[in-house]
Amino acid sequence: MNIFVCIKQVPDTEATLSVKNGKTINEDGIKWIISPYDEHAIEEALKLKAKIPESNITLITLGPKRCESALRGGLAMGADHAIHIETEEHMDNRAIAKALAIAIKQEGNYNLIFIGKQAIDNDSYLTHIYLAENLGIPVSTNVTLFNYESEKVFVEREIDGGEKEKIEMTTPCVIGAAKGLNTPRYPSLMGMMKAKKIPIKKLSLQDLEIDEIDNKIIVEKLFAPAEKPQGRVIEGDIGDAVKELVKALKDEAKVL
Amino acid sequence: MANIGVYVELKEDKSKKSNKEAISLAKKSGKNVYAIIFTNNLDQHLDELKGVKKIIQIKDQDLFYQPDYYSDTISNIIKDFNLNDLIGICSAQGKDLFPRIAAKTDASLVNDCIDIDFENNLITKPVFAGRLLTKIRVEDEFKMYTIRPNVFPVHASDSEEEPEVITKELNKIELKTRIKEIVKSDSKKIDLTEADIIISGGRGMKEKENFKMLEEIAKLLNAGVGASRAAVDAGFATSDMQVGQTGKVVNPKLYIACGISGAIQHFAGMKTSKVIVAINKDSEAPIFKKADYGIVGDLFKVVPLLKKELEKIYTE
Repeated sequence: MNIFVCIKQVPDTEATLSVKNGKTINEDGIKWIISPYDEHAIEEALKLKAKIPESNITLITLGPKRCESALRGGLAMGADHAIHIETEEHMDNRAIAKALAIAIKQEGNYNLIFIGKQAIDNDSYLTHIYLAENLGIPVSTNVTLFNYESEKVFVEREIDGGEKEKIEMTTPCVIGAAKGLNTPRYPSLMGMMKAKKIPIKKLSLQDLEIDEIDNKIIVEKLFAPAEKPQGRVIEGDIGDAVKELVKALKDEAKVL
Repeated sequence: MANIGVYVELKEDKSKKSNKEAISLAKKSGKNVYAIIFTNNLDQHLDELKGVKKIIQIKDQDLFYQPDYYSDTISNIIKDFNLNDLIGICSAQGKDLFPRIAAKTDASLVNDCIDIDFENNLITKPVFAGRLLTKIRVEDEFKMYTIRPNVFPVHASDSEEEPEVITKELNKIELKTRIKEIVKSDSKKIDLTEADIIISGGRGMKEKENFKMLEEIAKLLNAGVGASRAAVDAGFATSDMQVGQTGKVVNPKLYIACGISGAIQHFAGMKTSKVIVAINKDSEAPIFKKADYGIVGDLFKVVPLLKKELEKIYTE
């Protein structure tokens, strides 16, 4: 079984974000991580490999040189191979999905593609579905349960109001991983040592025969939202404070 | 004049609350509004669709949501009626359906829009779970948008003009992704992304059992129950309840945070709430800096008192 996992490197959720030149974030001092939903994607691939040991897990990412450390992190978790489409170019989701699709096709056979349902930087919720449509294969997004049995995939995906859809797909297909899917493992020391020795396959956009990037989504401005003014803490006896709170919510804020 | 489509999302033939926002927004664009609705009982939805130019009604004996049927049907409608834009809701279904349509029709889609300036072709959307915002220009003939619930204004229509109704059939193409069934949640939960009021618990809730307190208040207020990541990781709450950067982004009128310290990631998921109330025993908790109203105190004392006070209003 050939399994691909698409991952994206993003700033750590704890990182302090500031804007540079009004269009991008200031990358100085940022700690980079694998986007958390992509970690769930890696973990699910590893779980499947534990069941079908002859499987091959290939990680794939697109981005500048720094993204190599995300691939190393995924290899340390237990993935077998890694592909880095290295580019400094800004690409929108459609362009990225196209590049990923070409790279995966170039590798030959693919049975399953795991990828996070969103990257936590741009929150676009697009790449995985575009990728599937580019490859002409089925996709489910926001997947919280995954099962594979003789070329059929059964998933549950969370929809609104705590309900779940039970879905059946045939392979190859794309799985958009969500948080409830699993608990990603931490890389072991041995895993980290092993990961260092695995060569990362480097590809350029030219290798994928992408000569021109057709970005349709142009970022004009990146900015911090206006801060809320500080509110008030209602002091005094708790009973009175609660009474005052409810009164304020009803009469002042008018939200009750 | 250009044509704009609105996908009217139904759930068991009931209209999603934010359809009103989507329709109002489409009218604001100044383009001809085409409402696309999958229903066999159009009459019950006509009131909401007042003021649109045309209604494209898709009928079938089985309109159960299958993403392949829906995306193919809508893609064809887009071509047949020369729609230049399509608006939907950034709901679980919207996030599943719209990217499929965008890929099939080669359109440019922006999810989770909080402002759309049609005149200047500028869309505002949150990134990094709302810690930053971005203004986007879409250089495409055909644009698609999903809008964040509870953000856009709703305007009642005073139009007397009857919309023209066009009936279409569901395109039943081969299903690649087949939804077999829907598993209902044990308790009828209010959808957090559309909820007007949310009451959330954090690590301070101490155990799963204590979330019952919040559920009782939620029932009273017709509110949703949320949780911080700490509470989910500790097993007090399920992951579908998580509010924050790696959970749901919510936008209610009132958000009541109980025993939540207010980590930056949690705040990212709820900061656009109109009014935030914090209940925490630690007066230094960062949540108090962000809250409109705060009470410093033991939540196990405060929450029951709060319930009592709310009962006075809501059982009147």
